[in-house]
Amino acid sequence: MLNPQLNKHGELQHLLTTEGLPKAIVNQILDTASSFVSVSDREVKKVPLMRGKSVFNLFFENSTRTRTTFEIASKRLSADVINLNIQASSASKGESLLDTIDNLSAMHADMFVVRHSQSGAPYLIAKHLHDTKQNHVHVVNAGDGRHAHPTQGLLDMYTIRHYKKDFSNLTVAIVGDILHSRVARSDIHALTTLGVPEIRAIGPHTLLPGGLDQLGVRTFTNMDEGLKGVDVIIMLRLQNERMSGALLPSAQEYFKSYGLTPERLALAKPDAIVMHPGPMNRGVEIDSAVADGPQAVILPQVTFGIAVRMAVMSILAGNQG
Amino acid sequence: MKLHIKNGRLIDPANKIDGQHDLFIVDGKVAAIGSAPAGFTADRSIDASGLVVAPGLVDLSARLREPGYEYKATLESEMQAAMQGGVTSLVCPPDTDPVLDEPGLVEMLKHRARGLNQANVHPLGALTMGLKGEALTEMAELTEAGCIGFAQAEVPITDTTVLLRAMQYAKTFGYTVWLRPQDAHIGRGGIAHSGPLASRLGLSGVPVMAETIALHTIFELMRASGARVHLCRISSAAGIELVRAAKAEGLPVSCDVGAHHVHLTDADINFFDSNARVTPPFRSQRDREAIRSGLLDGTVDALCSDHTPVDDDEKLLPFGEASPGATGLELLLSLTLKWADDYAGQHSKDALSLALSRVTSEAARIAGLDAGTLGVGKAADVVLFDPAARWEVNGAALASQGKHTPFLGYEMAGQVMATIVAGHVAFERKPH
Repeated sequence: MLNPQLNKHGELQHLLTTEGLPKAIVNQILDTASSFVSVSDREVKKVPLMRGKSVFNLFFENSTRTRTTFEIASKRLSADVINLNIQASSASKGESLLDTIDNLSAMHADMFVVRHSQSGAPYLIAKHLHDTKQNHVHVVNAGDGRHAHPTQGLLDMYTIRHYKKDFSNLTVAIVGDILHSRVARSDIHALTTLGVPEIRAIGPHTLLPGGLDQLGVRTFTNMDEGLKGVDVIIMLRLQNERMSGALLPSAQEYFKSYGLTPERLALAKPDAIVMHPGPMNRGVEIDSAVADGPQAVILPQVTFGIAVRMAVMSILAGNQG
Repeated sequence: MKLHIKNGRLIDPANKIDGQHDLFIVDGKVAAIGSAPAGFTADRSIDASGLVVAPGLVDLSARLREPGYEYKATLESEMQAAMQGGVTSLVCPPDTDPVLDEPGLVEMLKHRARGLNQANVHPLGALTMGLKGEALTEMAELTEAGCIGFAQAEVPITDTTVLLRAMQYAKTFGYTVWLRPQDAHIGRGGIAHSGPLASRLGLSGVPVMAETIALHTIFELMRASGARVHLCRISSAAGIELVRAAKAEGLPVSCDVGAHHVHLTDADINFFDSNARVTPPFRSQRDREAIRSGLLDGTVDALCSDHTPVDDDEKLLPFGEASPGATGLELLLSLTLKWADDYAGQHSKDALSLALSRVTSEAARIAGLDAGTLGVGKAADVVLFDPAARWEVNGAALASQGKHTPFLGYEMAGQVMATIVAGHVAFERKPH
C-alpha cells in the first residue's frame, strides 16, 4: 500500500493520520465541517447523509469524551451507532483484533471508529479490510498510541482557521508532553500541510522526542522564550502517571516551569488564542484564569469537533472503493 | 556410498579454492578435489554445471522452537527449512520452554535432531538457570551433553557481578560466552530504532546506546575475566566501531549480524509492518552501511539468519504487540549473495568467496565446529546452488512454519539446488 488512507482515485478511503494528507482533502474536510456547524444550532439537529449506515465505535482504550463526540456526530448524520468497549469484552476473552473486525464486518459494518493503545493499530485494520476486499468499509483513527489523532488535529485546524483565517503568517506553539502525544504529532503534520511557517514545541528534555527538527519544528525548553510573539498556543494534557517519576519530579514543579499563567500568556501576541484538547488539569498545565479567560477557545474546539467529525465521516461514506 | 559432483564451480573459502573442480565424496567425507582418488567409482554422479559447490552453511542463530513452542514451529519443519536453505549446521539459542539449562533437555534435542538425519544441531546452553541472571548453569555437564557455548538469548543480565562470575567460570573451562549486547534498562519495552521515524510513528525507541553501554560493560568484564565472548546481532555503527577497537586491543571477541540487518533499515517498517519487527530493531542507513563495511573488513566475523519463526496469531497484531522475529533459514544464502552483489563486489575481486566465508568457515570457527570447509577428510556437508536463479519470497512456499519475513514479495538471487549432509543427499530441488 502506497498510501493506505487514499483509494485509487486519490480520495479519502480511511482517515488514519494527518501526515501526508493532501492539502485539498484537508480543506475539503474543513469546508464541509463549516457547513455542518449550523446543523447543531437547528431545532432538528440531523442531516440524512448516513441514513442506513452502521458506524461501530471500537474503543480498545477508554475515552468517554472522544467516543461521545463520534457518537453525536454519527447520530447527527442519521447513522446507526454501535458502541463497543472492547476492553470489557472480546479482547479480554482472548479474541484477536482482526477476529473482532471480521465478526463485526459480518454484521455489515460500514465504518469503524477505532481507538487503540498501540501506534498503528488502525493501519492493521485498514490493511486487513483491503486484503479481504472489503473496500466499502472505512476506518477512522480516533487515536492510536502515541502516533496520531487526526480528527483532533483537524478540529484544531478548524479552530485556528476560524479565529485566524490565514495560516501562512502564523507562529504556533505546542506545549507539554510532546513525547507521548498523538495530538501533537497530528497537529504538527496538519500545520505543516497548511503552510504554517513556524511551529514550536515547548517542554523539558524528558518530554521532547528526538527528531523534531526533521519535522520542521523548533524546540524550546524555556517556556517564556518559546511563547514570545506566538499567535496560537496549544496546551497538551499531562497524564497523571507521568507527573512524578523519572520524567518529571512533580506536578507543582511542572506548573512552575510550563504552566500557562496570565503572565506567560502576556508574552504571546495580544490576540493569541489558547487551545487544549481536554480534559484539562487546572493548576498543572494551565491556570484557571487562562482556561476561563477571554483568549481561551477550548469550548469552541469541542463544538467544532462535532462538525469536523461529521465532515470526515460523511466524506468517507461518500467515497466508495 | 561414493558421490561424484562434477562440472561445478567449487568455492571453499577456508582453503582459498574457487574454480572448476570436481568433488569426490566417500563414506560421508570429502575424499578428493579435482581428480578422482585411486579406485573411485561413483555410486552416483551429480552434474553441477552452472552451479556453485560450496560448504554447507553454518548458521549461528536459528530458533527451532523445540522444546515448548511447537505451535510456532517443529524440529521437522525447521530442519526441512534448513535443508532447503542449504544450512547443514546450525546453532540454536537456549530460549526454549523450558530453557536449555539442564543436560537432559540438551540430550533430548540432540537426539531428536539426529533422528531426522538432516542439519547438525548445536545448542547453546543457558548461561544462567532459567536465563534469570542469578545462578550459573552446570556448564561442564551441559557441554558434555552437546552445548557448544553459553548464552542469555534476549535476556540481558542485570547484575554485573553475576555476569562477571559467569564469564570467569566459562573462562575456567575455555567455553565461549555468547551475548547480545543490550542494556537491561535503556530501551526496555522499545520496539523500534530511536530516531526520527520512531518519533514520527509514535513507536517507543531502542537507542543505539542500549547496545554501546552493554558493549562497554562486556569489554570491561572481558578484561577482568579473560573470557572469550561472541557478540550476537550487532546492530549499530557505534557498536561496530567499539568491536573494531576491542579487536585491535586484542580482546578475544568475535561478532555476528543478522542477515536482514545487512539489507534493511527502520524505514522498512513503512506503515507499521509487523514483519519488520525484529530484535534488535532495524536502524538507520548509516548503521546499515557500517554493518556492510564491517563484514567486508572482518570486524563482523559472520552472518546468521537469526531465524525466528512466529505464527500468525503472534504476528498479525499491531506493531507493538507483535512478537519480534522473522523466518530466515531459507533466505540466508540469498541474503548473503545479495551483500556480495550489492556491496562487496564493488570492493573485492573475491566477493562471492568472501561472502560465503561469513556463513561457512568463519561461522564454524566462532562456534568451534569442525565444519564449514570442503578440505579433504572433512565431513561432506555441501550445498549446490544456482547463483543466477531468481525466486520470489512467498510465505506459503517456505518450508519453515514461520511465514513472516520483511522480505515477502522480494525477488532473491541464488537458489539451493541440493544439500548434502555427511555425504547423503538430504535435499534436492526438482527442476521446474
